[in-house]
Amino acid sequence: MALMQISEPGMSPEPHQARLAVGIDLGTTNSLVATVRSGVPAVLPDAHGRPLLPSIVRYFADGRVEVGYAAQARQADDPKNTIVSVKRFMGRGVKDAAHAENSPYDFVDAPGMLQIRTVAGVKSPVEVSSEILRVLRSRAELSLQGNISGAVITVPAYFDDAQRQATKDAGRIAGLNVLRLLNEPTAAAIAYGLENAAEGTYAVYDLGGGTFDISILKLSKGVFEVVATSGDSMLGGDDFDQRVFCWAVEQAKLPPLDPRDMRRLLVKAREAKEHLTVHGEAPITAKLSTGEVVDLSLDTETFCSITQTLVQKTLGPVRKALRDAGLRVEDVKGVVMVGGATRMPQIQRAVGEFFRRDPLNNLDPDKVVALGAAMQANVLAGNKPQGEDWLLLDVIPLSLGIETMGGLTEKIIPRNTTIPAGRAQEFTTFKDGQTGMSIHVVQGERELVSDCRSLARFELKGIPPMAAGAARVRVSYQVDADGLLSVSAKESTSGVEASVTVKPSYGLGDADIERMLRDSFEHAREDMHARALAEQRVDGQRLIEATRSALAADGNLLGGEERAPIEAAVAALEKLLKGTDHRAIRKAVEALNHATEDFAARRMDQGIKRALAGRKIGSL
Amino acid sequence: MQNHFELFGLTPAFAVEGEALERSYREIQSKVHPDRFAHASDAERRASLQWTTRVNEAYRTLKNPVQRARHLLELHGVDVAFETNTAMPPEFLMQQMELRESLEEATARKDSSRIDSLRKDLGREKQLLEKAIADAIDVRKDYRGAAGLVRKLQFLDKLDNEIDAAYETIE
Repeated sequence: MALMQISEPGMSPEPHQARLAVGIDLGTTNSLVATVRSGVPAVLPDAHGRPLLPSIVRYFADGRVEVGYAAQARQADDPKNTIVSVKRFMGRGVKDAAHAENSPYDFVDAPGMLQIRTVAGVKSPVEVSSEILRVLRSRAELSLQGNISGAVITVPAYFDDAQRQATKDAGRIAGLNVLRLLNEPTAAAIAYGLENAAEGTYAVYDLGGGTFDISILKLSKGVFEVVATSGDSMLGGDDFDQRVFCWAVEQAKLPPLDPRDMRRLLVKAREAKEHLTVHGEAPITAKLSTGEVVDLSLDTETFCSITQTLVQKTLGPVRKALRDAGLRVEDVKGVVMVGGATRMPQIQRAVGEFFRRDPLNNLDPDKVVALGAAMQANVLAGNKPQGEDWLLLDVIPLSLGIETMGGLTEKIIPRNTTIPAGRAQEFTTFKDGQTGMSIHVVQGERELVSDCRSLARFELKGIPPMAAGAARVRVSYQVDADGLLSVSAKESTSGVEASVTVKPSYGLGDADIERMLRDSFEHAREDMHARALAEQRVDGQRLIEATRSALAADGNLLGGEERAPIEAAVAALEKLLKGTDHRAIRKAVEALNHATEDFAARRMDQGIKRALAGRKIGSL
Repeated sequence: MQNHFELFGLTPAFAVEGEALERSYREIQSKVHPDRFAHASDAERRASLQWTTRVNEAYRTLKNPVQRARHLLELHGVDVAFETNTAMPPEFLMQQMELRESLEEATARKDSSRIDSLRKDLGREKQLLEKAIADAIDVRKDYRGAAGLVRKLQFLDKLDNEIDAAYETIE
């Protein structure tokens, strides 16, 4: 019989309170939020018990915003202001957006990322996505009855830096503490792998509404290791709808359609596609605004033949991923199917034939990503004791490179490198007295810079004038665990640090984000100051806890005179936490972070030493 | 700064035991990975990012035979000099040219089974060369001689990449 444990009065440890953490699948067609409760991952439904939230946002002239089923129901009435599949526009310019000609939107071509003109003003895809995330956040807060301490948001594995950054920004604007961006197939592998105690090499074939990913993973006890990933961030279920739409326009010999009819017919095309998953034939009937009636019937055979090239298009990346992994088809133990579009029988068939085995469909392809994200969020929140958690090793999907002479790319971090990853390069000046230098970072596999995606142009200024070739400028590239790149530079010979001007070629500057945050607060009628204070307090409290537990565990790494400034910084922060000055709290948080820098590095070194010592003893 | 072998607690040698390397890599990662520090202080998160980056780089280097050999030879004061030293024995160059020609022909004819067999041959050649490198470095301690073999192996790696590109072309 277990005895109740009673601790000495005043010595009782803080009861371990699990942090509320959620996983969010921000999908092209539908979005979901999930969490782990009492060890079990579950999708959180809305008040009507519906697990999915259609990723559709409608803007009204009075500033109201409608998200989900309500917006979906009326999409054909107000196509210009009802944004569907916004994920396809994240981090993309107008010329990158597929089917832009079949879109009812009024695009504004902003540098780097397109924007959409609505009755409520010009909206960036980041803002539209943040509306979806905000609904999911309040759904979770309502259902869990507390503030969310952190969220894992999933992204297609094949998303580039611009698309990832845009997703993270959307999370921030929605008021979420984004713990990690997690690749969708990896999230699915976690959910599948843990559910089935899978070991060995698995492929995850993930065909969503707008994106296609293939990831090859090695699963072993406690480790999920992505060995290669590939895909197409402009290929998904939407493209099948487009094929059906074009077929219908051709069959019915329709003239160019207005935006409403276009949306009406696209909705019918999608319904027909879904109908064909279980039936041999699907009706496509619609009454257009011209009074004309479309009345067609699409059979499976025709559907397969008009979409056959799309199905084939997914197999190229599958072959490439296998090659990059150095594996053959027969090395793959199972193929996990993810994404609503994998319900189409022709996809199931093609994948089964390619891998020469039946695909695994035992998890709901709509929910598996959100469930895996929730499980990872639970680990990141620290709710799992060591030993029961796992190690996740993911990769960068596309090579990072810089522009060299003649518009050619030089790769600095090749695709499928395990992240976090870094690389440093040294440059010198070309002319006497040169004080500036410009570096162009691109992402992609092609040799010509113009065929790759431009990520950023960096201008290094303030290099001290020297003879040509004498300066030493060290540029460091760092890709973090979210797959996001940062760059820093310094000139070393003179000891002068060159200033770095960062000019991202895409996306949002800090000023844009500030503005969107402000707008969103006005919109949500939240008090920005109160929110900032609450956030800083949580941050500060968290940091004090982390510092105290570090001191308790490894205080022996510090001499007495080293410990004092850390304790002083803790005390200073603790005092400010009782006040209401969020800026002062923030400063004190920064000061404490600064004071513990050396200590943190020493703790890390010690962790490694212990890991190695453990290994040696274990292998005796 | 420790060298890559020391980091993983391994004896510096070309013939590394893959399993020991992997085990050690995973043990260190489970201590330093950013996933362990999602709620930690900025200072700890930065330290974690730096360490993980370094551990990943070291692991990548030791897993790849050419990079591993290069690192090892550098520890012995020998520069492999891929960029500057391109002199190769004529018969090796002849053989390389023939292989590339066969690859081009196979690509033009979209003959994937021919490319498959070229890849198989190449795999065997690489294995032989890796054995020779292990012998030169670990047994005979002939580091200069090993450098020449490593340059050859790098040639073969390049051909391997060209085979990947060929598959992509014909698909």
